[in-house]
Amino acid sequence: MDLDPSAPPLRLHVPEPTGRPGHATDFSYLHLSPAGAVRRPAIDVTPASTADLAFTLVRVLDDEGQAVGPWAPPEDLPLLRRGLRAMMKTRAFDARMLIAQRQKKISFYMQCLGEEAIACAHALAIAPGDMCFPTYRQQGLLLARDDVAMAEMICQLMSNPRDPMKGRQLPVMYSYQRAGFFSISGNLATQTIQAVGWAMASAIKGDTRIASAWIGDGATAESDFHTALTFAHVYRAPVILNVVNNQWAISTFQAIAGGESTTFAARGVGSGIASLRVDGNDFLAVLAASRWAAERARANLGPTLIEWLTYRGGAHSTADDPSRYRPADDWQHYPLGDPITRLKQHLVQQGAWSDDEHRQVQAELDAEVAAALKEAEQYGGTLIDGHVPPLETMFEGVYKDMPAHLVEQLRQAGKEA
Amino acid sequence: MTMIQALRSAMDVMLERDPDVVIYGQDVGYFGGVFRCTEGLQARYGKHRVFDAPISEGGIVGSAIGMAAYGLRPVVEVQFADYFYPASDQIVSEAARLRYRSAGDFTAPITIRMPCGGGIYGGQTHSQSPEALFTHVCGLRTVMPSNPYDAKGLLIASIENDDPVIFLEPKRLYNGPFDGHHERPVVPWSQHALGEVPEGHYSVPLDSAALFLPGAAVTVLTYGTMVYVSEAAAAETGIDAEIIDLRCLWPLDLDSIVTSVKKTGRCVIVHEATRTSGFGAELAALVQEHCFYHLEAPIERVTGWDTPYPHALEWAYFPGPARVAAALRRATEN
Repeated sequence: MDLDPSAPPLRLHVPEPTGRPGHATDFSYLHLSPAGAVRRPAIDVTPASTADLAFTLVRVLDDEGQAVGPWAPPEDLPLLRRGLRAMMKTRAFDARMLIAQRQKKISFYMQCLGEEAIACAHALAIAPGDMCFPTYRQQGLLLARDDVAMAEMICQLMSNPRDPMKGRQLPVMYSYQRAGFFSISGNLATQTIQAVGWAMASAIKGDTRIASAWIGDGATAESDFHTALTFAHVYRAPVILNVVNNQWAISTFQAIAGGESTTFAARGVGSGIASLRVDGNDFLAVLAASRWAAERARANLGPTLIEWLTYRGGAHSTADDPSRYRPADDWQHYPLGDPITRLKQHLVQQGAWSDDEHRQVQAELDAEVAAALKEAEQYGGTLIDGHVPPLETMFEGVYKDMPAHLVEQLRQAGKEA
Repeated sequence: MTMIQALRSAMDVMLERDPDVVIYGQDVGYFGGVFRCTEGLQARYGKHRVFDAPISEGGIVGSAIGMAAYGLRPVVEVQFADYFYPASDQIVSEAARLRYRSAGDFTAPITIRMPCGGGIYGGQTHSQSPEALFTHVCGLRTVMPSNPYDAKGLLIASIENDDPVIFLEPKRLYNGPFDGHHERPVVPWSQHALGEVPEGHYSVPLDSAALFLPGAAVTVLTYGTMVYVSEAAAAETGIDAEIIDLRCLWPLDLDSIVTSVKKTGRCVIVHEATRTSGFGAELAALVQEHCFYHLEAPIERVTGWDTPYPHALEWAYFPGPARVAAALRRATEN
């Protein structure tokens, strides 16, 4: 067949966000569902039949703060109070660490402003012994459960001699096996397939523990995300695959990651994995969906992919200035709001919270974080005053036992230092 | 045993001894591997211990790291070393660094088996020797056996080792030793002393070299198929070469190397891999650093050319006995 000389020239499509600095975002691309509108299938649902759930949005809290619809979890006000406190604690921690970074007590920091509900509710939905494979923006998993001392986390941020990672890792790259929190890597997406492998191991050993994998919207474009979906599906691994869609990968809008006219939840269905798309700023929805997926995995029914719809309220990191690529007031206009405000509204309506209590808890948490910071500084000092781990720790742990060439290099380094 | 049988025996022994050992990879399960290295293991130990994997090197290695973090001891296969590249990120950024970055909170005691090397008309993607890409990575152990006895002992040691091990298997040596004389019939391992392999458990220590052939005139540092090529070259030149089979490329047995070169005063390095920034460069640098005042001639390197591995020009590329012989002569001339 000959080419038609009158055919229009082909054009490369490069997605753009609707909002740029000085121009408001049109959030209609999110395709939101009203609270309570999306069905809740049985946990033994076939993956193919979750196709509609991958294109709608599971929500529990409505605009008035009422818990509505089939996903509303059984009323458990003490747990929700704990959840609100966990989110407030995470935000207070982030806020104080941002200041500490500006004061040069720590070299780098990444906050999770606006995304607190996802990690905090998820942490309360899974069981002790389950293993999370987080990214650098799930500090809520650690802060929600109160089983890791805040001062110890801050020592990691300070890379001081009390840093459990011995100053080897950038700040926020925590590792807490005892708290079910896998070592964070700087290389994106690698942890998703590792989580699937961990889950496969649990199944191989006939264990009852499950894995929970975490990834952001941007990192879904990495090959390991695809790999994780394939292996999770093939081996029916007991894993929850969490995609935190906060709309932004540093400066890149989620459409450039492949989110235009589709959803990240849809990838799961395409891979034969039961998938949900959930309001990530709705603590009750996160709790309910996480429990559903955990129950499904624990019952040997296979993996679940959950796309958590949220918004990255803060800068990507302390090295980033979002005003250069998105509207400064974008978060204020994000239609799913602020997870803390929304859960607070719900609890106030239930008579289980008040403005006074909120202020009081906020003050307590600020004091707790300040005390932990002080404790960490007293323990080991900070980067700014030259408190770093001893030289030999640089050579230890590359291998289980230090091989001869590293013994020699340690000797040389000691002589030259 | 052939090298294939020896490797299979090592995996059999470890599956039997350690319930945390699992084996998987592409075509590894039911079919028993494209080289038969895992034949019968799935039937014996079940699909939960030995199984087939999707064609995804990154997925195979990445899932193995997750299994290791759980507490298993995975032994995974990449069908050809030429196909490890999609797993590079998991190997370099994850397996090699997990212990270090988590300060021992998590570790990756995995073994990654990869058939490597040329001399089989494998062309560009069935012949490569990528060992230098691993020896450069801190946190990895890189091992390459040259005979059935070592293959079994080193593989058992690798599986038992708590560090991640890249286990390179010269496929040219799977069925018998090969000295580069492609015009002659191949002798099977059943007619070679190193084909004698004990049935049960034994190991060959990692970071130990083997003195393959004692000699006094020149030290040959080599490994894999090139051990036999070097042996043939020594025999054909009549040069009293001392051939050291490194076995463990990194960490390596520096003492054996230094002792030998100080004795002979001359050194020839032989590997199949391409020359520039190949592992031979590290060996040459180590010899220079540790044996400088004992050297009586420049260090020679006989390697693959700095080209992709060709198909038609296999024997012009493969560093055969004639090329090694010429280097032995150059190194011992003065």
